[in-house]
Amino acid sequence: MTPFDVFVLTLVAGSVAFSLITLVGFVRLPDVFARAHAASKAETLGALLGLGAAALALDDGQATLKVGVLALFVLVTGPTAAHAIVRAAVRSGEKPWSRTDSSSEKTRASTHTATGGEK
Amino acid sequence: MTSVLLSNGLLVGAAALGLVSIALLWRVVVGPTTADRVIAVNVIGTSVVVIIALLGVALGEVGFLDVALVYGLLNFLLSLGLARLSLDGGETR
Repeated sequence: MTPFDVFVLTLVAGSVAFSLITLVGFVRLPDVFARAHAASKAETLGALLGLGAAALALDDGQATLKVGVLALFVLVTGPTAAHAIVRAAVRSGEKPWSRTDSSSEKTRASTHTATGGEK
Repeated sequence: MTSVLLSNGLLVGAAALGLVSIALLWRVVVGPTTADRVIAVNVIGTSVVVIIALLGVALGEVGFLDVALVYGLLNFLLSLGLARLSLDGGETR
């Protein structure tokens, strides 16, 4: 087990960790605008860490360059796609979640106020 | 070629990313709005690109990287197309 192996495996572990953060964000965050944060930031960083590990593990120069192009592509298109989807959601009349809006997320909003009042 | 330990580590990482993607399908199923579903499908596609790249490196198949590149391109086009045609009412602006 060389230090190089340890470094590459650490990058893979970071990729999995940020993908898990994305999963937690998608389960816990209240609406599509908040979930776009998990989709565009945590998932992009997780993908870049994974592709970085792949690029380092390759010993073929051309293939490493190809993974670099792929990473650049993911870096550009991930947040762009999330932005386009959220923009279309706004245009189609979606309203952002707020703590005072009790129409759709009533239970979650009330628990937030309850825990805030105990402090 | 890469060492056996490194290949196994990359395979385990790809498997973990696959499990996370399967768990994200829950949001595609229950997501209250269409935008939730589209954005979850986009995230799953991004992690599938990473899975294909990791598998290509771990199995020594450099051709998988081309597959990952085309998959990422199609994933981006799918998200833009769904956002324009499904969410935005098919208006071209």
